[in-house]
Amino acid sequence: MIKVDDLSKKYGAQTVLSIESLEIPKGQSFGLVGNNGAGKTTLFSLLLDLIQPTTGHIVNNEVQVNQSEAWKPFTSAFIDETFLIGYLTPEEYFYFIGELRARNKADVDTLLAQFQDFFHGEILGQKKYLRDLSKGNQKKVGIVASFIGNPEVVILDEPFANLDPTTQIRLKGIIKDLAAKEEVTVLVSSHDLMHVTDVCERIVVLNKGEVVKDIKTSEETLKELEAFFGG
Amino acid sequence: MGFMMLYLLASLAMMGGFLYLILRKLVPNEGPMWVLSQYLIFWIIGELMLRYFMQKLPVMDIKPMLINNIKKSKIVNYILGRSAFSGFNMLSLVCFFPFSVVLISNGYPVLNVLLWLVAMISIALCLNYVNFIINKSDKALAVILGVAIILYGLDYFDVLPVMAFFGPVFHALYAYPITVLIPIGFLVVVYAINFKYLKRVLYLDSALKVESKVVETSELAWTKRFGDMAPFLQLDLRLIWRNKRTKAQVFISLLFVFYGLIFYTQEIYANMVFMHVFLGIFMTGIFLSNFGQFIPAWDSAYYSMMMSQNIPLRKYLESKALLITVSVVAMFLLTIPYVYFGWNILVVNIACAIYNLGVNVPVILYFGSFNKKRIELDKSPFGNMQGTSATQFLIMLPVLVVPMVIFSVLNLLIGLEIAAGVIIVMGVIGLVLRNKLLDAITDQYRKKKYGMVAGFKEKNS
Repeated sequence: MIKVDDLSKKYGAQTVLSIESLEIPKGQSFGLVGNNGAGKTTLFSLLLDLIQPTTGHIVNNEVQVNQSEAWKPFTSAFIDETFLIGYLTPEEYFYFIGELRARNKADVDTLLAQFQDFFHGEILGQKKYLRDLSKGNQKKVGIVASFIGNPEVVILDEPFANLDPTTQIRLKGIIKDLAAKEEVTVLVSSHDLMHVTDVCERIVVLNKGEVVKDIKTSEETLKELEAFFGG
Repeated sequence: MGFMMLYLLASLAMMGGFLYLILRKLVPNEGPMWVLSQYLIFWIIGELMLRYFMQKLPVMDIKPMLINNIKKSKIVNYILGRSAFSGFNMLSLVCFFPFSVVLISNGYPVLNVLLWLVAMISIALCLNYVNFIINKSDKALAVILGVAIILYGLDYFDVLPVMAFFGPVFHALYAYPITVLIPIGFLVVVYAINFKYLKRVLYLDSALKVESKVVETSELAWTKRFGDMAPFLQLDLRLIWRNKRTKAQVFISLLFVFYGLIFYTQEIYANMVFMHVFLGIFMTGIFLSNFGQFIPAWDSAYYSMMMSQNIPLRKYLESKALLITVSVVAMFLLTIPYVYFGWNILVVNIACAIYNLGVNVPVILYFGSFNKKRIELDKSPFGNMQGTSATQFLIMLPVLVVPMVIFSVLNLLIGLEIAAGVIIVMGVIGLVLRNKLLDAITDQYRKKKYGMVAGFKEKNS
């Protein structure tokens, strides 16, 4: 589904990302871990064509992302709160995203109904602007909005951060369900090793912009990761 | 806005400079200082209203100080003291300083004038602090507004000579220098009230709490008739209505309809065609320039989302163009009454409106793609130069100067009809080519995408 070729990103003399080759097959749940500055968000931003690669390119479902925009209809993402429109209510935001992804109100409502538990009564019908919601609630909105329109590739940057424990556990369930679908590729980055090993079949560790580990998740994975980051 | 601000301040300074001469001419029998004193009460009420709508006490920035080793009274003094340097307090100074200089050069006693100026500054500062007190309640505004209308009404219908009452009061500030102590005394009192109040509520759950208003949503179902453009149009309307800075642009634009009154009523300008063209372009295009030049920076807070979403950039731009088009037509309709000052004014305004629609809309949208400065939507627009750069000044050239030059030259050589005709034809050509131009602009936005995404992420630039 996603192919990374000889990709690098430099700011001046500093290389922030350098990946020779990385392939993510369709339907995989893919976890990205690494310390601050390891290049996780840079990789996601390159994937979304928000920054230009210095060398190389990314191909998403046969579309080279920095040359064509044809990847947009089947790709969705929530990177940070700059993906939200502060002066809209959650409902208005969902419907707006729905319009962009050719889903009418009824479609969006049906989807939202599945996330009642996840919202925990704090999102819909609150008559509040997104900018006035707490960080955690903003995150919930952004994450669910990225599920609108049956995307085939879902990119979530640090989805667990700022969520309360109950919501974190619910989110794990949601991501697992999504990953269980054959046709959906999920990319998740996280600082929480436990969560990421829980939901992802494969984990890639980035360090100073380079892939240093590429693990198929198993019983030992968490220990291996803890050893890597602890040592 | 940056350009507007400078322009406004410059106009105010000019007004201050010429105020003496103007008042001399308008009311030759009485001293300018005396005449000005009659109207000062309305200046004060007007300034207070302006402040009420636009100026908020910036208490949020002091959160980090609360838990540090700083006395509360020091923090409160810091907040209140800092607000003394707000742009709003410049208004009086910018206007009355040149006025005072002119007074002194006309042989008015230096001491009296200087202390009068001090009194004016004290009054401005008083208003500054009074505003913070009344800002806490909506009723206060109604009261002030009511009082202003009643006062004016009483005066107008000769029931009670309000101006005659306040006139001598304000004039005394000039006539008896010692009275400067009165506004200074007022200032001390309102400062003390503010100080006491703020010190009491300096907690996270009172003064420092962010108010979140209950939202009133509307479906904006009528936008559906615009098809693919509808979602963007809805977004733009909400953008304008729900954010301080954009909302202020709408009000400022509407106010500028009255701009013509200043010039059309004066004989010096009656035969200056270039001035009429300036007014035509300016009045019908004020929203175009105020709102349009910051496209797409209005969407800067969430621009990376827009660029990674499945968005037809073309529709996005079309929606903005439609919004501006509507504004130009509306502003033109509002300027129609100026036909009272002559048919040629209407002709010039029609030509200018069409030129704005055909040529200036694409020009402004095109220049927008050079704009890489982030705009914080919920910051007050006043004295907020955020998002402005040299580009905004550059834009003025094709937008304002070109039609003025063409029109004036043709008018001088051939005549008004031909001059207006040429400007209209240019506008119509622009309208016919609108689709092609929008295609080119869309391409431009695509090319500049990475720069914009990166630029809009930088805060406080």
